[in-house]
Formats: sequence, C-alpha cells, structure tokens
Amino acid sequence: MKRPRGPLFLARRSYRLRRMMDAARMLPAVGMFLFFLPILWRPADTPQPDTARGWIFLFMAWAVLIALALVLARFLVRAEEEEARLSSGDPLATDQMRD
Amino acid sequence: MVPFNILVAVCLVYVGFLFLIAFAAERRAARGRVGWLRSPLVYTLSLSIYCTAWTFYGAVGYAARSGLEFLTIYLGPTLVMVGWWLVLRKLVRIGRRQRVTSIADLISSRFGKSNLLGVLVTVICVVAATPYIALQLQSVTLSFGVFASDAPEGWALPNQSATALWVAAGLALFTILFGTRNLDANERHHGVVIAIAVEAVVKLVALVAVGIFVVWGIAGGWQGVVETINSSAIAEWQLQPGRWIGLTCVSAAAILTLPRMFQVMVVENADERHLATASWAFPLYLLLMSVFVVPIAAVGLTTLPAGSNPDLFVLTLPLAQGQGQLAMLAFLGGFSSATSMVIVASIALATMVSNHIVVPLWLSIRQRTAKGRATGDVRGMVLMARRLSIGGVLALGYSYYHLSGGSAALASIGLIAFLGAAQILPAMLGGIFWRGATGAGAAMGLIVGFIVWIYTLYLPSFGEDGLISHDLMQLGPWGIAWLRPHALFGIEGLDPVLHTLFWSLSLNAISFVCGSLFTFPSPIERMQGVAFVNVFDTDADTRGWSRGGAEAEDLLIMAQGILGADEAQAFFQAEAEAQGKAGLLPDTTPEFIDRLERRLAGAVGAATAHAMIAQFAEGAVVSAQDLMAVASEAQQIMEYSIQLEAKSEELARTARQLQEANDKLRDLSVQKDAFLSQISHELRTPMTSIRAFSEILMDPELPPGMQQKYAEIIHDETIRLTRLLDDLLDLSVLENRKVQLNIKVANLHDLIEKAVRAASSTQPQRSFTLHRDPPAEHIPVITDTDRLLQVFINLISNARKYCDAERPELTISARKRGGRIIVDFIDNGSGIPKEARRLIFEKFSRLTDNNQAGGAGLGLAICREIMANLGGSITYLPGQGGAAFRVSLPVRPPKEIIERAKTS
Repeated sequence: MKRPRGPLFLARRSYRLRRMMDAARMLPAVGMFLFFLPILWRPADTPQPDTARGWIFLFMAWAVLIALALVLARFLVRAEEEEARLSSGDPLATDQMRD
Repeated sequence: MVPFNILVAVCLVYVGFLFLIAFAAERRAARGRVGWLRSPLVYTLSLSIYCTAWTFYGAVGYAARSGLEFLTIYLGPTLVMVGWWLVLRKLVRIGRRQRVTSIADLISSRFGKSNLLGVLVTVICVVAATPYIALQLQSVTLSFGVFASDAPEGWALPNQSATALWVAAGLALFTILFGTRNLDANERHHGVVIAIAVEAVVKLVALVAVGIFVVWGIAGGWQGVVETINSSAIAEWQLQPGRWIGLTCVSAAAILTLPRMFQVMVVENADERHLATASWAFPLYLLLMSVFVVPIAAVGLTTLPAGSNPDLFVLTLPLAQGQGQLAMLAFLGGFSSATSMVIVASIALATMVSNHIVVPLWLSIRQRTAKGRATGDVRGMVLMARRLSIGGVLALGYSYYHLSGGSAALASIGLIAFLGAAQILPAMLGGIFWRGATGAGAAMGLIVGFIVWIYTLYLPSFGEDGLISHDLMQLGPWGIAWLRPHALFGIEGLDPVLHTLFWSLSLNAISFVCGSLFTFPSPIERMQGVAFVNVFDTDADTRGWSRGGAEAEDLLIMAQGILGADEAQAFFQAEAEAQGKAGLLPDTTPEFIDRLERRLAGAVGAATAHAMIAQFAEGAVVSAQDLMAVASEAQQIMEYSIQLEAKSEELARTARQLQEANDKLRDLSVQKDAFLSQISHELRTPMTSIRAFSEILMDPELPPGMQQKYAEIIHDETIRLTRLLDDLLDLSVLENRKVQLNIKVANLHDLIEKAVRAASSTQPQRSFTLHRDPPAEHIPVITDTDRLLQVFINLISNARKYCDAERPELTISARKRGGRIIVDFIDNGSGIPKEARRLIFEKFSRLTDNNQAGGAGLGLAICREIMANLGGSITYLPGQGGAAFRVSLPVRPPKEIIERAKTS
C-alpha cells in the first residue's frame, strides 16, 4: 500500500533532531566498540600486569557513553514532543518523521 | 561486633519500614496523588532490580575469580539502555498500546493471542527464575550466617534452611499484600515500585559506603588500590575474547527478556519519556554499583585469610576491620538486593502463571462442566490464582535452595538464568521488527532453544551425577558422542556457557526464521503483526473483530466479573456516551469490542481476554476476507482522496471557465442593450424621415419636382430599412444552420478579384494600396462561392471603412496549409484594441459610435456564421501591425455540409 509522502526536505531544526535520532541509533555501536577494545590489547597479557589500567579504561569509556546518552536523551525528548505535536496537528505530518 | 539478635531486630525494623512506605504510597496513589511516585527517578531506581544479590555479593566473588569479566554483566545492559531509541522505545510503546501484562503476554499477543506461546514463555521463565530466586534466598541466609558464626556466644544459626523459609514466607506475604491489590497489571503496583526504589537507594549507598571504606580506609586511596589490584590474583586474569563478547551479549539480551526486568521496564512504565532519563541514569547506577567491586575483591583477596568465600567479601571485609555498623549497612544492602528481586520476579511470574496457565485451565474446565459461558467472579478467581502463584513461585525457589543445598557459586546460577531468559529474545525481536514472523516459527524457536539450554546447561548445573549421570556427560546418551551435553556435534573444548549460548541461540533463531518462512500466519496473527511492527506509524489500530454479534449485557456481566463492578460499569458507560447513547449498554460495534478486549487484556492477558470475548462473539472472529476488507477499505479511502483531489482541480478549472463565460454573458447583455437602443435608433431614423416626407407628400399643392425628390428619399430610406432587416434575417438563417448552400468549384484568385472590385464602391474617395501575390492565389476551392465572396467583400470594405492610417494599405495573402486554405486580410491601421477583440464577431457590435457606412454592426457576425456554415472559421489575428483577419476553410467541404447542400 502506498503511503502519502511527507516533504522531501526538512527545516533546519527538524533536520538536526532527525540526525540526533540517527546518533541515538548508533550509540550502542560506539559503546560496543569501546567495550570490546580491551580484547585487542588483552589486559594482563602483557609482561607487566596492567589489569588496573584495563579497569580504569573501561570505566572511563563507560562514563563517556553515559555522558553521550545524557546529551542525546535531551534532544530526543524534544524530538518526541515535536513528533507528538505534529501528529496531533496534521495526520500527514507523522509520516515526515520517518526520514 | 553486632550481636545476632540486634541484626534480626534491625532487619525486622527495616522490613516494617518498607511495608510502611509501600502502604503510604498505595494510600497516596488511591487518593489520586500519584505525582512523584511516578517520576523518572523512581522509574530508574526501580530498574535497579537488575542488580540482585548476585551483583551485591556475587560481583565481588566473580571479580575475585575471573577479574574484569564481571563487568560484562553490566556493560551489556548499558548498551541496551543507551540504545533505547532502537528497541526499548518500541517495546514500551507496544506494551502501553496493547496493555501487555508480562513478557509471556507480549509474545502470546504478538503471535495471534496464542495461549500455547504464553504457556511456553511462562514455563521457560519459571524454570529459569527458580534457581535465581533460590540464589537470593541463599545469599540472605549466607549473610545471616556470616554474623552468626562471628557471634561471641558461639551460638550457631538455628538452621540455615529455616532462615531461608522465614525469608521466603515474609517475601510471599509482602508480595501478596502489595502485588495483588489490583488485577489490572497496567494499573501498576505503586507500593511495590516505591519499596524497590527505596531498596535501590539502600543497596547503592551500602555498596558505595563499603567501597569508600575499602579504598580510603584500607587500601589508602586510588594509588594504593591500583597497586593492590596489580599485585593481587586478579592481575593474573586473562581476558577470553569469546566469553567477553558472549557474556556482554547475553546480559544485553537478559535485560530485555528477564521477566522481572520486563515488568519494571515495560509493564510498570508510566510515561515513555522516563525511558529517556533512564537511558543514561540507569547505566550511571550500574557504573556506581560496579566501580568499587574490583577494589573490594582485590583488597579482600590480599587482606583476608586464604580460603574465605569471596562472595561475602562485602560483609566480611568491614567485619574483619571491626566496622560493625558498616557491615550492618552492607547486610541491609544485600538484603534489599535479594528481596526486591524476589518480590518483582514473583509478581511477574505469578502474573504469567495465572494468566496463561491457571485461568485458561479454569475456563476450559468451566466450559466443559457447565456447558455455559464462563462469567461469574473471574476477578476473585484470578486474584486467588495470582496469590497462589506467588506462593508457588517462592515455594519452588525455596525447594530448589533446599534440594541443591546452596552450594553452587552464585555467579554460575545467574548466568544460567540469563541464558534461559535469552531464549525469548529471537521471538521478541522478530515479533516487533519482522511482520513475517509467525506463531509457529516462534514456538519452534522457543522449544528448540529451551531444550538445548536445559540439556546443555541447566541440567548439568546440578552437578556431577545430579540430574545427569556422569556417563551421559562423558559419553553422551546411548553412547552417541555427538550428543554430549557439553560438546554438541562433537565440538569440544568450548566453555560450557559459551557452548550453550552459541548452540541454543543459533538453533533457536534458525528454527524461528525457518518456521516463520514456511508457515502461514492466521488473520489475527497478521493483524497483531501490523499493530506491533508498525506501532509508530498507525494511530488507528487494526480491528480484531469484524462484526459485533455479542450482547452488550452479556459482555457487561463478564467484564464485571473480571474488572469489578464499578470499573466495568464506568467503562461501559463511557463507551455508551461516546456512541451518543444513554445508559450502560453501548452498541457492540467491532471497535467497542476491541477496546473492551484490550481493557480485559490488561487484567488477564491478551490470550485469555480474547478467548473470553470469543465465547460471546462466536462466529464473529476476523477472517482472512475481513483482513483484506480492512486493507481495501484503507486503499479505497486513499483512492477516494486522490479522486477528490483530481475532482477539485477539475472543479477549479470549470469554475474558471464558468467565470469566463459569465464575463462574456455580461458583456453580451450590455451589448444587447446597446444594440436595442441602436436598432431602435436605426429603425427610428428612416421611419421618422419617411413619416415626415410622406406627410409633406400628402400636401396636394406640392410642386411635382419636390414630390419626385421626396418620394426618392422615402424610397432610399425604405431600402435602408429593408437591408437592415435582410441582414437580420440572413443572420438568423445562418445561425440556425438552415442556410441554403450552393457548392461550386472556383478559383480563389477570381473570388478575391471580384471582392476587391465590389468593395471599391465603399468609400470610393479613399485611395487604397493593395498588396497581393496573385500567383499564390490560384487555388481551387470547393464551397459556396457566393457566401465566401460575401465574407471577402465584407472584410475588404471594413478595411476601407475603418482603417485609420494616413495612407491606408491592405495586404491580402492566400496559401494552402494542410487541408485548409488560409486567407489573411491585414491592414496598416491601429487595429482592434485587445479588450474589444472578444466581441467584434458578436452581433451588433461596433467599435465606433459613428455609423459611417450605415451598417448596423452585423457584418462580422454574419461572416463568422457563414464561415461556420462552410466548415471554416474567421479569427482575429493579433500582432500584425493593424487589424488582421484570418479566414480559413477546408479545401473540400466536410461531408455534412455536402449533405446539407444536396438536401436543400
């Protein structure tokens, strides 16, 4: 079934919010990259024991991820409000939230 | 040192405090002041039931045994939480839209409200959660034991098993009291949620306090901690990539599929926006919970005597340092972790057991025996079922603890439970992202995954010669090496957890996908598929019932039995009002039945609600045809709107045309009025002179010369009158297409020649330059030559009359283009103004008021009619530097004109 199409291009603000959603979708991949990084260097595999360094690295990465999530959550809540506003106003406008 | 009886007293006071808080919250909510009871903070804290006693005590033990690997259990959920936009948001939206009561309900509802799937998921969850609950009981008992063994009086703990029993009974009481107050799972358990939020704070504070004491009190700051870690046994830890990745994935799956996590995350969610806060706040909570784990483990390993249980370092470290109060706090933290998990898990499991096993069983028994429709007090029965289920779940946990003897390391039980719950993941993700997923596929996946998990990990976890014999473990059933529990298909050497993770989830997913690809879903399944997968797209839900059919009164009786009288009546009344009806009984439209079903689903689960409604709306269940009808209805609406769009465009076009026609009509009307006065004037002028002169002629004494002169004047005037009347008559004949045509063959050149000669009599005093191209004019024409000549004469004399140039010139050019002959008459005057061009071919239109040539303004109108009669046309040719007319006519006249010429 063909759906009615929204506008092809969005205003700057909506465009920003949309990219924030993209970023939110990519955040788990970023987290995975950070968390799986120790596999390459294998703490405790080096002659000098460096488990503590691995420990510090993981918590740093964790904190960075939380900070990123905090910033994104701010944007996404706004995006959701925008979406709710659009969908309550104009039934066709919801579709433009797709992309 | 804390005396044991003080410990028990503190513990009881703490429990009393939790009861009080839960009670106050329920009271507050009952008075409608929900407010902060449902804040993002409380939501985030309630998620912390992820951190059970396994985290509180077990994480340290895990770190002491396997270094940093314990972190994977918290990194996985972090990934899921920060990626809430991908999965959790959709899950929560679906949960709210469909009034999902548990994870079993989610799966059952998605796949056509199938109770089989509900039962399957329930069984998996109960089997996986039982050891986990046992683990919590064990941890509480063990922690009691720590204090008891240190008691100076030397009295031993009365009986470990008895302690566990008391704890289990207390928890059952609390859970039944606050967990089964209301039936509707969507109405949320305010008391329970607040209690676990408080417990979340207690366990965080306790663990952080112990951590701070260990880091700054024992190890001497971060520098000391780093040194301790690197010099302790933890430093020898080897990162195993397979386990590192695998366990992260398992824990990520578990946070989505563990029944208790689903309960707090989806079912108890009050506002989707809370998820945004939890997306960073919950990982932060996890981070704080685990930041001190490694220091505690490292310091415990180095300072405590060898052989002490690392699972209890959190308690024994402060105790060994003489910090009785800190140990007490730690004990309360561990107690909180264990109890909150057990409470929520037993609520979640009891909901599943009662909705998917007890109620359907009861319904089928009722139907078989009473032969009637099951109504009555379902509500009381469901609540009782839920209470019994809570008791049953805790009893199972206790028996497991009792039977296993509480020996296994805490961490291994946790991972086993995680892997069991993870078996639901393929069906869950497939269900919310893939419309092609079918119930049969989901059932196959779940069964295969469950069996592999049970066989390769769960049963062997009971120990050598526990439930699986040593021979079977080593040689495989019937000596088939390929079926050895820890080496399926002969692949040996894998870590048992990794082995199960790999085989169970891959076989599960493969069965699920293949099953879905090769089976055909039922209509309800397909409809639920759309409602789940496209939950963000459709505001309008798909309909589950095609026809009403049921009696509103029957439905009311049944709904009262489930929801309670007040609530059901309020719901029915609101529905009736929405339909514009007074009273309690709305029309049983499909929409109403759908909403009722969803409402009931919030209480007893989708499958049961569907079955209950189906008793009344028998034969009204949706069919494939209805499904297509719904689709085509939507299609029709869209086509209709497209048509409307086209029609409105057409309307606009027509309106424009009408506007033009109206303008023209108005002009014509003005023109007609002008003509009427004109024609009166035209008729009156000769008439006046005729009357005057005829009066004079009546005078007998008039000299004959004068008589002759006046009679001539009268004659001339009558000729003028006659000509005018002739023109009018001619026009009327032409307009009615009744003119007699006399078709002949002629040379265009001759016609033009004749016309020029005839027209020279008009205004003979003006000298006129003619431009012609005689050779081009030699074109044969077949038409009524006299009429065509009339047109030519008219055009040439018009030019002679009205061309206002000082040296008037007229260009006549003739040519053949296509099948038509085109003759242009172009003068060098000022032409006809744009606004007048529309009207010049109308009757009685004259550009100037002077009637120089005595015409009445009929010439061009007659020309137009003649040309129309001849099958040609005459048009004004703009942009030629003067007045320009184009006469065009077919080389040979059209058939109907020849016909007309013949008949006439």
